Amino acid sequence: MAATTEIQAPRSGRIAPEYNRHGSSRGNFEMFAWLFMRVSGLVLVVLVFGHLFVNLMVGEGVHAIDFGFVAGKWADPFWQVWDLAMLWLAMLHGTNGVRTIINDYAEKDGTRFWLKAVLYAATAVIIVLGTLVIFTFDPCPPNAAADLLPSFCPAP
Amino acid sequence: MTTPTEIPEGPSKVELAPGVGGGGEIPSFDITLKVRRYDPEVSDEARWDEFKLTMYGTDRVLDALHKVKWEHDGSVSFRRSCAHGVCGSDAMRINGRNRLACKTLLKDLDTDKPILVEPIKGLPVEKDLIVDMEPFFQSYREIMPFLINSGHEPTRERLQSAEDRERFDDTTKCILCAACTSSCPVFWTDGQYFGPAAIVNAHRFIFDSRDDAGDMRLEILNDKEGVWRCRTTFNCTEACPRGIQVTKAIAEVKQAVLNRKI
Repeated sequence: MAATTEIQAPRSGRIAPEYNRHGSSRGNFEMFAWLFMRVSGLVLVVLVFGHLFVNLMVGEGVHAIDFGFVAGKWADPFWQVWDLAMLWLAMLHGTNGVRTIINDYAEKDGTRFWLKAVLYAATAVIIVLGTLVIFTFDPCPPNAAADLLPSFCPAP
Repeated sequence: MTTPTEIPEGPSKVELAPGVGGGGEIPSFDITLKVRRYDPEVSDEARWDEFKLTMYGTDRVLDALHKVKWEHDGSVSFRRSCAHGVCGSDAMRINGRNRLACKTLLKDLDTDKPILVEPIKGLPVEKDLIVDMEPFFQSYREIMPFLINSGHEPTRERLQSAEDRERFDDTTKCILCAACTSSCPVFWTDGQYFGPAAIVNAHRFIFDSRDDAGDMRLEILNDKEGVWRCRTTFNCTEACPRGIQVTKAIAEVKQAVLNRKI
């Protein structure tokens, strides 16, 4: 029986480790992230400019904005959905953008890990808080200074 | 049987007046060539060496490097083979842009200022202008740059319509000089990125109607270090000495991956 000898490919093993891809990362995450950036970007253009127009231009415009104005908007499920979509899309779009920048520019694995940890934590907090506010906004918080509250609030 | 001997014809001689028929004076000018030098046996630090040369209007950066190597400092190291823009050996960073030294005429550069010549970025420098191309070729090999056809072996060549050939014509021009990959800012910080050149050469087979392994190549480039790493900065398109629309080719591969998955 002939002994088999493992013959290495020419020049194998002499490439600096930072050039070697570690295993294969199949799966479509990066593809969906790329697609999401394009789609959410388009949707955000409509959402953000619609939001700005309604808040700043229509009627009394920017001078009408107070707790009452916000509460009025969020009493309507249409604006709840609008603002919720804007919050989630903007946060995920921005987070994915910063994630990409971190991947591009962080040179050490440790730096990359910690920057991303901070990023994801901040994103989670803002999305949770924002969602909570959209659904539970109270224009007359108890114990607030009376001059900050809209006129329809019951006197404390 | 004897072959009749022929008296060879004498050398032809044409008398030309000076300055007629292309024999005129070629304008000459003085340049300062600054070459990035690195020799790990001498020092870990790279340095700039300056050479003052008198060159001619027909000379290229490669001619200036030759003049340096042959007449000034024989230790200057660089790669070149064909010296006519075909082999892709002498890609280097000239005045901050990736070009082939053999395709860059000195008169097209600003000869009043020093001409800076550096090795291409992102690959390990071995000596002076020579970089280790192995990571570059490793990515190239991974996309399987050869025809894969599962059908029966034809008895004649594999025919293709002119339109089918046109589909990937642009990406057949690649000479693997690495000017694109080493001009890519993503590749500078992330050497694991496949890089434009590998994607261009995958494109050449993915869109070839005779090839059957397009899906495999798309799957390979759907990697986290694959096409999605591209930021469309167009550095690669600008750097390509063959004028390949590299960024466009990458976008077409992205599109093909998407169309296959969705």
